[in-house]
Amino acid sequence: MSEQTLTIRDATCTFCGCVCDDMHLTVDVNAHKITKAENACVLGRAWFKEHGIEERPFALINGREASTDEAIEAAAQILAQARFPIIYGLSDTTCEAQRQAVAIADMIGGNIDTTTSVCHGPSGMAFQAVGESTATLGEIRNRADLLVFWGGNPAESHPRLFTRYAVTAKGMYVPNGKKDRTVVLVDVRRTQSAAVADIFIQVKPRRDFEVLWALRALVKGHSVDPSIEAVTGVSLATLEDLANRMKSCRFGALMFGMGLTMTRGRHFNSGALLALASDLNAYTHFVAKPVRGHGNVTGADNVVSWQTGFPFGVNLGRGYPRFNPGEFTTVDVLGRREADAAMVIAADPGANFPQAAIDHLRSIPVIVLDPKPTHTSQLAKVAITTATYGISVGGTVYRMDDVPLTLRPALPSPYPSDEQVLTRIKQRVSELLGGNRVPELAPDSLAA
Amino acid sequence: MAETMTLIGGRSSRQGTSLCAGKLGAEYIEVSSTLEMNAEDMARLGLKDSDSVRLRSADGEIVVRCKGKPAKDLPAGLLFIAYGPLSSALMGSDTAGSGMPMSKNIEVEVEAVVG
Repeated sequence: MSEQTLTIRDATCTFCGCVCDDMHLTVDVNAHKITKAENACVLGRAWFKEHGIEERPFALINGREASTDEAIEAAAQILAQARFPIIYGLSDTTCEAQRQAVAIADMIGGNIDTTTSVCHGPSGMAFQAVGESTATLGEIRNRADLLVFWGGNPAESHPRLFTRYAVTAKGMYVPNGKKDRTVVLVDVRRTQSAAVADIFIQVKPRRDFEVLWALRALVKGHSVDPSIEAVTGVSLATLEDLANRMKSCRFGALMFGMGLTMTRGRHFNSGALLALASDLNAYTHFVAKPVRGHGNVTGADNVVSWQTGFPFGVNLGRGYPRFNPGEFTTVDVLGRREADAAMVIAADPGANFPQAAIDHLRSIPVIVLDPKPTHTSQLAKVAITTATYGISVGGTVYRMDDVPLTLRPALPSPYPSDEQVLTRIKQRVSELLGGNRVPELAPDSLAA
Repeated sequence: MAETMTLIGGRSSRQGTSLCAGKLGAEYIEVSSTLEMNAEDMARLGLKDSDSVRLRSADGEIVVRCKGKPAKDLPAGLLFIAYGPLSSALMGSDTAGSGMPMSKNIEVEVEAVVG
């Protein structure tokens, strides 16, 4: 290690939705590396230690090196000329950058969607239908004596959820940590998370809804036929035991993952779980929280909601926001080959989307803002290298429980932030369009 | 001979750490192209660790390396792969009006790749 080191205390890790804000970072200033990340989990250590200021081009246009200025001009031209532009991603950038992206979507009359649509989007739909009995992670840490993890594997995806906020964490009303809590894991396979569970319940694939609905019946005192075991793989006795534990705990929390949203039933699964939490409040205090993946995906939900009234899958083509999952969500817009330009910020649909959507992305001009090369940047017409949020960029992010946190960057970057690039694209698009694009009125609107 | 099984895509620790090094890096590619499979299912199909196996869904086809897991961790007929470009190639684009493509519990035909 070189001699000059810097210590950043209480920095924030933005790898996952836990957004742990107790990182003590040691920075080798000369080597431009973070050499130690105290308090970080295995994912956080990799997040900080793997980061170095790469010598990437500032931008690529059609695969050729370009300046950031040239790329911003090219991006603005694409967006100003498009008839159905889409903006997508946003879960790994700051709220300040997200604001600029929504403003651009509004200006160009485009579509704005975030990675929520392929994450907990179905849960977002269920929140609107059922409501949410909610809590902060701090309340769960200090109060929960029953934790039910459903359709997720936090041991591998959110390691500190167990140690900092739940399970082993000691709290005001659970002073002995794990000893004062009962931990239940419900999943289709025995993951590493089963190691912390007092009870593991293995459900047959695609049968979560049936298990949740049976639990609702049992909680309300209705009888359930023992044949539920043949359908779900879970015995009636096991369900009765869980229902009794849920009703008799002091503070229960259902923490659910994409094992519910990405499978048969989607928003019905999330809705059933949220309804179960609501039902349980007739007997005790019970909350439900989706476990969110990306560092600021919750911020994306919040910012898009502030600006448009809806959390994701929003179209501004008529000059006012319309929300319709399945119509304005990005997989659908691309799969139907509707979009004629795309701007992707801090996401990689070129790797994560179905093939039909990727094929359409390849056929339209794509603008990408990302610190690293990705499958999407490889297919982009304009790829702009930006600085990494949380490491080189300050700002605001939202933890998975909707608590906003401030970033404390550790390393300067030669690259601009997403917010800086988006602000300049917005300004240039405004010049090209002369302000917001005025929506074309449909013939029947003119007649009216 | 092909058998029908259920594929779960999901996160893993190594996928997360290799993601930090870059999605185009060798480790991420290796992690996201390794299929975990019930060891008894593998034996029945004549497969051993690191053998190539073809997965075919209604929407795509991929070839990956397989790795055995005991039945207590992965029940018979269930497969696990870390999310990545390969698992995505098996997804359809129909979201049933939700925005979410079916990413977990995808029905796939599984067969050994010979040669």
